Order: sequence, then C-alpha cells, then structure tokens
Amino acid sequence: MADLEIDLGFLKLKNPVIAASGTFGYGLEFEPYLALDKLGGFVVKGLYFDPREGNPPPRLVETPSGLINAIGLQGVGVRAFSEKVLPRLRGYGTAVIVNVCGADDDEYVSVVEFLEKQDGIAAYELNISCPNVKQDGACPALSPEPTFKLIRRIKAAARRPVITKLSPNVTNIVEIAQAAEEAGTDGISLVNTFLAMAVDIETRRPRLANVFGGLSGPAIRPIALRMVYQVASRARVPVIGMGGIMTGGDAVEFLMAGAAAVEVGTANFVDPDACVRIIREIDDWCGAHAVDRIRNIIGTLRTPREA
Amino acid sequence: MAIDRSARVLTALSWGDYHLLGIETAALGRTARPGQFVMVKVSPAPFPLLRRPLSVHDAGPSGIELFFKVTGVGMDILARKRPGDTVDLLGPLGKGFTVTAELRGKRACLVGGGRGIAPLYFLGRELKVAGAQVTVLYGGRTIQDLPLRGKFETAGLPLLCATDDGSFGFKGLVTESLERFLEREPADVLFACGPDPMMRTVSEHAGRRRIPCEFSLESMMGCGIGACWGCVHRIRDEGGDGWVKICEEGPVFRRDRIMWTE
Repeated sequence: MADLEIDLGFLKLKNPVIAASGTFGYGLEFEPYLALDKLGGFVVKGLYFDPREGNPPPRLVETPSGLINAIGLQGVGVRAFSEKVLPRLRGYGTAVIVNVCGADDDEYVSVVEFLEKQDGIAAYELNISCPNVKQDGACPALSPEPTFKLIRRIKAAARRPVITKLSPNVTNIVEIAQAAEEAGTDGISLVNTFLAMAVDIETRRPRLANVFGGLSGPAIRPIALRMVYQVASRARVPVIGMGGIMTGGDAVEFLMAGAAAVEVGTANFVDPDACVRIIREIDDWCGAHAVDRIRNIIGTLRTPREA
Repeated sequence: MAIDRSARVLTALSWGDYHLLGIETAALGRTARPGQFVMVKVSPAPFPLLRRPLSVHDAGPSGIELFFKVTGVGMDILARKRPGDTVDLLGPLGKGFTVTAELRGKRACLVGGGRGIAPLYFLGRELKVAGAQVTVLYGGRTIQDLPLRGKFETAGLPLLCATDDGSFGFKGLVTESLERFLEREPADVLFACGPDPMMRTVSEHAGRRRIPCEFSLESMMGCGIGACWGCVHRIRDEGGDGWVKICEEGPVFRRDRIMWTE
C-alpha cells in the first residue's frame, strides 16, 4: 500500500481522488455502493441560494464515449442542504467540498455567507463555469475580469479555502487561471464540461431541450489533460484535474501532467463505486512502479522540451 | 440493491428486434419487485458509455429476465449475448407498482404497448398471486410486435391483443381495445407501460371512469441512482409540481401525479 496522501496546502486529502460535483448527488446517494470515507473527498452538487427547478427534459444525450448534459443545476438550495443533508455528511471522515453557484455575484456571496455559518465543510468549489444555465453557455469563467471580480468578493466573505472551477470553453485557459490566482483563489479545478450539442436527424430537433449542454466523459479526456497541463505548468496554487477519468491510469496521467489531485465525474454514473476502484488502481500502479508516495509523481512529466 | 458484474446469461430468445434474456443473478432476483428496473452495462469499453435502464420482466430467487427491443447500439450489443456470456447489472432500482393484499378479488387491467409490455409480465404474475383477476391488453403495430403473447397465456394471464394493421387480434390501437374492454368489464385498477401517447390516452380513460391507475415511465438515464438528475418528468406533489427523478421516485407513478408535458 503506497502513501496516497495529498496535501493541497489548504486541505489534506487521504488520497487524490475526489468525486466531482454534479455526478455524485449530495454524496448520500452513493452510500449503498461505497464507503464515503474511502474517498479523498467529494464535491456536492452545485448549490444556489434557493431551490432551483433546472431545465426541461430531455436533459441528457449520449455521444461517442461521452455524455452531454443540460440539467440546469436543479437543486434543493443552500438552506435545505444545510438542514437536511449536511448533518448527515458530518463524521464521514472525508473532505466535503461544496460547489457554490449563483445567478450573479451577489448570489454567490450569499451562498458562501450562509455556508460560513455551517459546520462540516472542508472547502468551497466556486462553480463559475456551468454552461447550462445562461444563454449560449455564458458564465463568469469565460473571461478574466468577471473571474477576478467574483473571486475577490468570495475570498472576502469566506474563511474556508476556495477552489475555483474553470471552464474549458475559452481561448486561453492560462489567462483565466492567472486571473483566478491574482484574485486569491486557494486552488483551481478544471475542466468543467465542454459546450456541445447533438441533433436528432429524424425529427430535425436538437437532442437536448436546452439545445446546448456540457460534454463530459472519456471523449474529452485528452483535451482536458492538455488544459490541466497548461495551467499546472504555470500555476502557483494547487490544480485539481478532471475530465473523463475512468481508471487509475487516467488519474495518474493527470497527476503526471501536474494535477495535485483529480476529480472523477461521469465514471460515477457508469459505476457508482468507480472512485473506490480508481483509488485501488492508483495504489496498484504505485506498487507496480515502485512509487512509495503518490505525491512524488505530481508534475513529473518528462517532456522533450525539458529533456 | 446490488452490483452483479458477472451475471450469467442462461437463456436468450429472439424475435426480430425483440429479445428476452434469462439471467442468473440471485443478488438482484431475490429482491426485485414488479416495476423496478436494472441498469445494464453492455460493454466494458467506453462506448457505449452509459448503462441502459431496463425494467425487470420477471424475477425469482435465482435470477431475472429482461425483455427489450433493439433501438440502438447499446441494445444491439445486449441482443448478441448468448447463454454462458456475462452481463454487468446494477439493481433492482426505483419504486415499482403497488401490489397489495387489498387487490384480492379486484379486477386489474394491464395495458402494454410494444416493448412497454416488459414490466407487465412480472406484475401480472404477482397480481395473480395476490388474488387479483388479471387481464392483459397487449398492443403493437403488427403481429411481429407481440412476441410474448404465448408467454402470457402459458402463465395463465388472460390476454387481449391489438395490432394497428389487424394482423393479430383487435384491429386498432391498444387504447381503443381498452375502451371497448372497459365498456364490457369495468376494471378496479389499471396499470400501463408504453409509448407516451398510449399512456396519455390510457390516462384519459382512467380519469373519465375514475379508475385508479399507475404508469411506468421511461427515460434516458445517466446513472439510475438519483445522482445525475437527467431522467426527470413533470410530477405533481402536495407542494406543487416540479421535475422529479424517474429513477428515484419512479419509474412507476400514480396517474394523478403525472403531468403530461409537450
């Protein structure tokens, strides 16, 4: 058994595997399938201040090795979450990270202010990158200024560490990451889903009621990996990488590319115990490669440039 | 619920695009109830990526049966399974039909269209065990869409078939056949599963005649366990209405809770 512990500086994880927001419900849905305390952590489904209705169906369409979703962040709101869900998550001995949403900057701040009064939260993941809630996938993470401004306000309101989740739907991901860093984010997670669509050629209609959705799954992994590498190569804060990770080997790719931890998303849909399997596979990989400590492989990619 | 990663296929029957698999899986078979579903992983490769939801066609202590129609690449892979092959099953999931002792002596009418017949076999058997008088209405476009007709009869479940082209049984829609049936023999309870337009019409008949009714809804599902929020339907509750997860609160809903949108 290798030492899988990861220290993000602001948060210690027992292993590098975190279940990604929007794919893990509020955590409790997965209790029948895995022991939550085996995870490095999990990020609960994105929370707005009030309950949110979400988009009409169809909300999902499967594409080659991928899934396009346009759920529209349906959820119970921060109050119901704090009263009904959070008390049941305490005492699991794993990092509970809350994904924070808002229709505008004020709402993000309200959500954080409300959560600051609750116990049992390890960190916030600032969801500035959901492509499914505004026209044409608009969100703060598409340009540096709104990203900077929002994180500044959140950092002023939050005692707890803030991880900013970036969108891949940008020309220059590094520029956005730098804006997040300058605004004081404690960590960066990427990528959220890629803005995408699919067409039903029989009905000549889009397959999603929302027309656009976010593409996830193995189909996006190589692009996500490239973006994580670009950001991690320059970032001063820890980077959490994600995008189509299905196996321990996939996770190791992201770690080598510079991610200090990974999030696992769509894989949870296919196998509700995927995170635990991936942790085991990372451990197996360490065993097979004489790696004592997983942290020693972070950012160890050997590139021709550096050789 | 359980995950059985290597449930063994024991029997495989085919009728054109329709297929019936008998699968050995005590873990799922023991606890499955009529109207519940399983999520089937058809391939270990990342394509097709997601599990497919299929309602439990029949279940017993040693396993389950799945009845399905090939509608795409996922079901096509499943249709190629042969005895001895294994499948990866997650289930049983969701909330099924209401089968209680109160149905003893009651007249239950089951309406299935096409592959929507799948959950009604298990339901019919269990209703019979509960002492209900069961009649099954089974509809399809042609006789080719009614491959299970012999199976229902063998199980002692009275069957009325309807085909659009009249190639077998009543010529017309299964809902027209239902209307005639209800004129002759009032039913105490209705259960239905099939295409949306069929279920809507069944709902209208049930409403007009004030017959309690349950529907099994179908949806594309991301996970089947309530995590993705992808399979919602408009459902009424005491507090109003909203998008409710079919996998978690359904797939079976009482008629008065379902709002037919579009």
